[in-house]
This record gives sequence, C-alpha cells and structure tokens, in this order.
Amino acid sequence: MDLDPVLLSRLQFAWVIGWHILMPAFTVGMASYVAILEGLHLVTGREVYLRISMFWIRIFSVAFGVGVVTGVVMPFQIGTNWSRFAEAAGNVVGPLFAYEALTAFFLEAAFLGVLLFGRRLVPPWAHFVAALMVASGTLFSSFWILAANSWMQTPSGYEVIDGRFFPKDWFDVVFSPSFPYRLAHTVTGFFVTTGFVVLAIAAWLIRRERSVEEARVMLSMTLWLLTFLVPLQIFLGDQHGLNTAEHQPAKLAAIEARWDTERSFPLTLFAIPDPANETNRYAIDVPYLGSLILTHSLDGEIRGLKAFKPEDRPPVAIPFFAFRIMVGIGFLMLALVATSWWLRYRRRLSDSPWFLRACMAMGPLGFVAVLAGWATTEVGRQPWTVYGLMRTVDSTPPSLKGGDVLASLLAYMAVYLIIYPSAVFIAARLVRNGPAVAPVSGAPIESGRPSAPVNVELRQEGKLP
Amino acid sequence: MNALNFVPVWTVILGAGIFFYVLLDGFDLGVGMLYGLMPDTRSRNIVMNAIAPVWDGNETWLALGGVALLAAFPLAFAIIIPALYFPILVMLLALVFRGVAFEFRFRDAEHKTFWDQGFCYGSTIATVAQGIMLGAFVQGFKVEGRVFAGGAFDFLTPFSVLTGIGLVFGYGLLGAGWLVLKTEGEIQERARRYGRICLGGVLIAILVVSLWTPLMSEAVSRRWFSWPNILILSPVPIATALVAVGTWRALNGVSQSGTFLGAIGLFALSYAGIAISLWPLIVPYHYTLAQAASSPGTQAFLLVGTLFLLPIILVYSGWSYWVFRGKVRADVGYH
Repeated sequence: MDLDPVLLSRLQFAWVIGWHILMPAFTVGMASYVAILEGLHLVTGREVYLRISMFWIRIFSVAFGVGVVTGVVMPFQIGTNWSRFAEAAGNVVGPLFAYEALTAFFLEAAFLGVLLFGRRLVPPWAHFVAALMVASGTLFSSFWILAANSWMQTPSGYEVIDGRFFPKDWFDVVFSPSFPYRLAHTVTGFFVTTGFVVLAIAAWLIRRERSVEEARVMLSMTLWLLTFLVPLQIFLGDQHGLNTAEHQPAKLAAIEARWDTERSFPLTLFAIPDPANETNRYAIDVPYLGSLILTHSLDGEIRGLKAFKPEDRPPVAIPFFAFRIMVGIGFLMLALVATSWWLRYRRRLSDSPWFLRACMAMGPLGFVAVLAGWATTEVGRQPWTVYGLMRTVDSTPPSLKGGDVLASLLAYMAVYLIIYPSAVFIAARLVRNGPAVAPVSGAPIESGRPSAPVNVELRQEGKLP
Repeated sequence: MNALNFVPVWTVILGAGIFFYVLLDGFDLGVGMLYGLMPDTRSRNIVMNAIAPVWDGNETWLALGGVALLAAFPLAFAIIIPALYFPILVMLLALVFRGVAFEFRFRDAEHKTFWDQGFCYGSTIATVAQGIMLGAFVQGFKVEGRVFAGGAFDFLTPFSVLTGIGLVFGYGLLGAGWLVLKTEGEIQERARRYGRICLGGVLIAILVVSLWTPLMSEAVSRRWFSWPNILILSPVPIATALVAVGTWRALNGVSQSGTFLGAIGLFALSYAGIAISLWPLIVPYHYTLAQAASSPGTQAFLLVGTLFLLPIILVYSGWSYWVFRGKVRADVGYH
C-alpha cells in the first residue's frame, strides 16, 4: 500500500493542533477571568471573588499544563513534517514564532508558578500582578501565533528570491490583511468559549444547591460579559467574512458552496456539495440572502469555484459544513444570552430550571465552534500553505516516508487519547469539589497540587466557611 | 540590506539559549528520573515540589531554542529537525507524559500510580532521546542540496546510543545537585548517593566521547591535536578534571550548592568541547552558521526585540526562582 506522507502529515497536524487549540480556547479566557476576579477581590475585599478565583485557578492549572505540553509539540511539527515550508518561509514567519516565545511563553511560565503556588509567599498586589501577567501572556501568544497564521493565509510585506520568502516590510508581515479580523474573532471566540464553560458549571452548582453564593455571582457576572461578547463576536465574524471575500475568494466560495460566479445569489442553508459534477445536491437556498450577507447588498457578486482551476480549489464539504456548525452555535448562544436579559429583568436568572439546564447543555459548544471555525479557515486555505504561493504538497521534507508519518500519527493519537480523557476526569473532580469546599490534603480523591494549607489558613481567618 | 553581520550575536544567543535549556530542563528531567527511586509518598511529594513551580519555565527554553533556530538559521532547522524525526517524536511524547504528571498524579497515593511512573519514565525517555539527538548531530547527517537526504533511522548508531545513556547520567547529576540544594536530611543523603553514581557515569561518557569523536572525524581530530591548538585547548580537559574532583568532594562533603555548581561546570565544559569540535558548522560537515543564517533583515528584526526582552525575561524568571528559594518542605504554600 502506498501511504501519502503529505496527507498523513496533514492529518497529524490537524490532530495535534485540534487538541491543542482546545486548551488556549479555555485558558486564554480563563486567565483574563482569573485576573478580573483577583482584581475585584483586591479592590472590593469581597471573599466570594477569592473563592471563585481559587476554584478556577485549580481547573486552569490542569488545562494550562496540558496546553503547555501539547504546545511544545507544535513548533517541532513545522520542522519534522513541514521542513520545506520552514526553509522557504522561515525568514518571514520564524521571528513571529520566536516573538511568541519571548513575549508570551516565558511570561506565562514564570508568573504561573507565582499564581499557583505563591499566594502566601508574595504580597497580594504582587499575586494580582502575577495573574495579570499570565493573562497578558496568553494574549501576546494569541497575537503572534495568529500573526503567523494570518501571514500564511494572506501573505504581505514579502519578496520572493530563488523560491524563498524574504521580509520587505515587517509591519506588513505582522499586520497582514486578515490579521486584525482573525485576531479579534479568535480571541473573542476564546473568551466566549470560557464564558460558556463558567456558565455551565455555575448552573450545575446552583441546580445541585452547592456553593450557591459563588455560583450566582459566576452566573450573573458571566452573562453580563457574554451580553457584550456574543453580539460582538457575530459582528466580528461578519467582518472577517467580508475580509475573506476580498482576500481569499476561493475559500469563501467553498464555505458557501458556490460553483458559479453570479449576482444576487442565494444563501445555501444546507446541501451536499458534489465536486465531481461541480454542483450541490439537495440544496436548500434562500434567495438573495447570500448577496446580502456576503456583500452587504442585494445585487452583490461572488466568484464561484469554477472561476478557479480545479487544482487551486479547496475541498468544499469541510469548510461548508464546519462554517454552518460554527454560525449555528453562534446564534444558539445569542438566543441563550437574549433569554438571560428577559430573566434578569424578571429577577429569575438563577432560579429558572430550564434556563439552568440550557446553560449546562451549552457548556461545551464553544469548543465545538472553535474547532469548526479553525477547520473552516485551515481547510479553506488549501491547497496552499502560503496562500496562492506555496503548495501544501511542496511543503513536506523529501526524506519523509508515508510509513514514518503513519507511525508518528498513531503515536500522537494514542498519547492524546490517554491525556485528554484524564484531564477531563481530573477537572471534573475539581468541579465536583466546588468552590467553597476546600479540598482536604490527605483526602484520597484529591490529586494535583495540595491546596489545603492556603485554605486552612483562610478558614482560620474566617474567610472561608 | 545592510553591511552589519548579525550571525555572531545570534550564534551567542542561540548557543546560550540551548545551554540554558540543557541546564534548566536538565535538572528537572534529572529530578524526574530520581523521583522514581524515592521510597515513599512523602519524599516523592517533596521531590516533585522541588521543581513544580519552575519546570514550565524551564521547558519554555526548548520552545525558544526550536523557534529561534527556525528564525535565525532556517536552513539548519529544515535539515536537522526532519533528520531527527523519531527521536523528536519520542522526546515530545515523553515530555507530554511527564508534564501532565505534575497535575494528574495522586499526591497521596501509597504506591506509585500510573502518572508517577509516567513522570519518571517520561523524564528518562526524554533524556535518552535528547542524548541520541546530540550524538546524531555530532556525527552529522546525509544532506543533498538544501534538504536532509538520509533515512529515518540514520540517527541510531552506537555513538548516539552512548550519548543517549551519557546524558541520563548527566541530567541525573544535575538533578541530584538540585535536590542536594533544595532538600535536607534523608532525601539529601539519597541525592548525594545517586549523584556519586551519576558522576561516575558522566565522567566515563565524557572520556569515551572525547576519544571517539576525533577518531570519527579527521577535522575534529585536527582541531584538537594539531599544534598549537593542543596547547591552547588543553585547559578544557584539565578544567574538566578539576571540576570533576571538586564535584566529587562536594558530593561527599557538606556543601549544599557544590554538586549543582560542579554539574553546571561539567556541562559548560562539555558544551564548550562540542562547540570547539564543530565550529563554525551548524549542520555538521555541510553548512556553516553563516551559510544557514536567515537574511540580515530577519535577524535584525528579531534581534531588536530579543535584546530588549531577554534581560527582562531573565529578571522575572530569576524573581520567580527567588520567590521559591530555600529548602522545600512537604506542606508549604500551594494554591
């Protein structure tokens, strides 16, 4: 059997980045949430913020640990499996990755130790600064890694000499056309994802009548944040879409499964794309809506896939369906947030059973939306690693054999399938312990770091029940 | 673009970055290996607490080393990393296991759990993989044009297996030195005992590698043994012998920091030895640092930020070590 090293390398990259991105999707938002809680506690002195913060820091540390170890895997992928891309584009994207390490990784790592272990060792303000630094680190990291990704999507500020990319204007390299939109859309997506996790767990605690005070604060606070973030995210998504239409028309055509270049085109809600016959089957179309959404006018034009050579077209089905999953989740989230406005007005935010159940059910949806969005943009970039300039098939090392990649892919699959369920299991145990219940050191169910000494002292000071 | 040549300064930065990684993750991988030899829950907790607040920062130097190599010497990155496909895979997966063990293990298990094993074996396997990579690097890779042209298992030779085992003793010595520094009583005694074994292993490895490398490569042999190099370079082996004696005495004496400092000294000298052997090559026997370097524009852009950020990083990383200074006890200050 002939194994294709390129296809297997793509699967391997999808596998390791797909799992990895779930961690930043949670930790980027959670780091900021913890910083806010620590700040609120420092300013108001209300202990409930401290208890909520300590609860989430424990869960954060599990997710962050997994994020770090799966993150170290990523830069090496560029060498082991995409070395010809590394050699061709290293002059341009290399410094972006390096700046991520320099501005973000060290900041996160150094201050994370203080955040997790140092509450009694440093003054309260220094502990708050540590929380701020960790949060800043996660945002710097997002900045640089998305700058690199955006350059691959919409390259600018470069020149090509002997088949390799060289920098011409660093501002244009970092701020490539899709970057501001991608950064805003991704980071807001991460914040929303974290928000829905907090919402779900707060709802669960309220329904179980455990730590109700903390849970009510979490629920109300998070719904305020989401009141702004979810509509903002939908707006940003729309803007990002317009940007894609301008700079990556083939990707947009695939997302919308449009084969023909036409004006006043419909929005295809559902279809089975049929690339062989260059058409859609079982399509459900809404007339004019496509033009309205994608061009913001009723007679706007879209370039269909047929306008691109077959070898320059991305796969259609994955961007098409992944995009619909992402958008569907977005509007589901908006519906939940809108419902919360009504309930808040009626002062029934935390005692409406069906609303709490809905919050719980929607807890993981942010992760699904992030993965779907990522699949849309990355598969939509195909068949290029550097959009329009360097093909994916020309990016792998010539020495790489299909069998080698199969072996490494299976190894990554095996290890991640041990790590992730374990992380969920441990996080679930921390959730069950709840915010107000200080885990007792020596209790056989406790894992991770002993959190007892801090809590014991707090209890003696009358700060914990 | 301009006449300035940034290759020397990037050579220093990358060289220092990799050396920092080797020292920092070296001691916590070493501690990870020795962790498996600890007899009971209490000592395992203390041993893990000795590195828990700092391991993450230590491993960050690995990520920096990787991406700085990509940015400053992309050709070297594009040849060396694919050539080490499987050792890198194994190292990364081993690091995954040991990294999550900090969070996943049961701190109060009477017996060693799955994640305790994962921590110890993960640390050991990652170390062996790194040692093998070092050996394969010193031996050189098959290169055609600008790409690696060898096979996936070219890395596996008696020499690279030797360096793999040698590094286990090396990191073990660093780890023992760290434990002597951070612990007391019975655990410290154990660390001293393991340290003595590791020091023996390290010295044998250094000796064999020092004899084998010149036999393997005529260029290396000329570098060390031609006149007047033999005289100029003679301080390296002499200093190594002196540091080895000092380390041995620290291990058997009462010094709290001597073992760790001695281990650092041995690593610094070995590192210098390799650098002297290979200079100015970065893809051994094919490309020099200058040939593999990225464009001056790339190196300048990254240098501006690096010269600004690296000192800051060293300050706050140093501060986080300072916060957790002193001997670790089983029950102090965790979140």
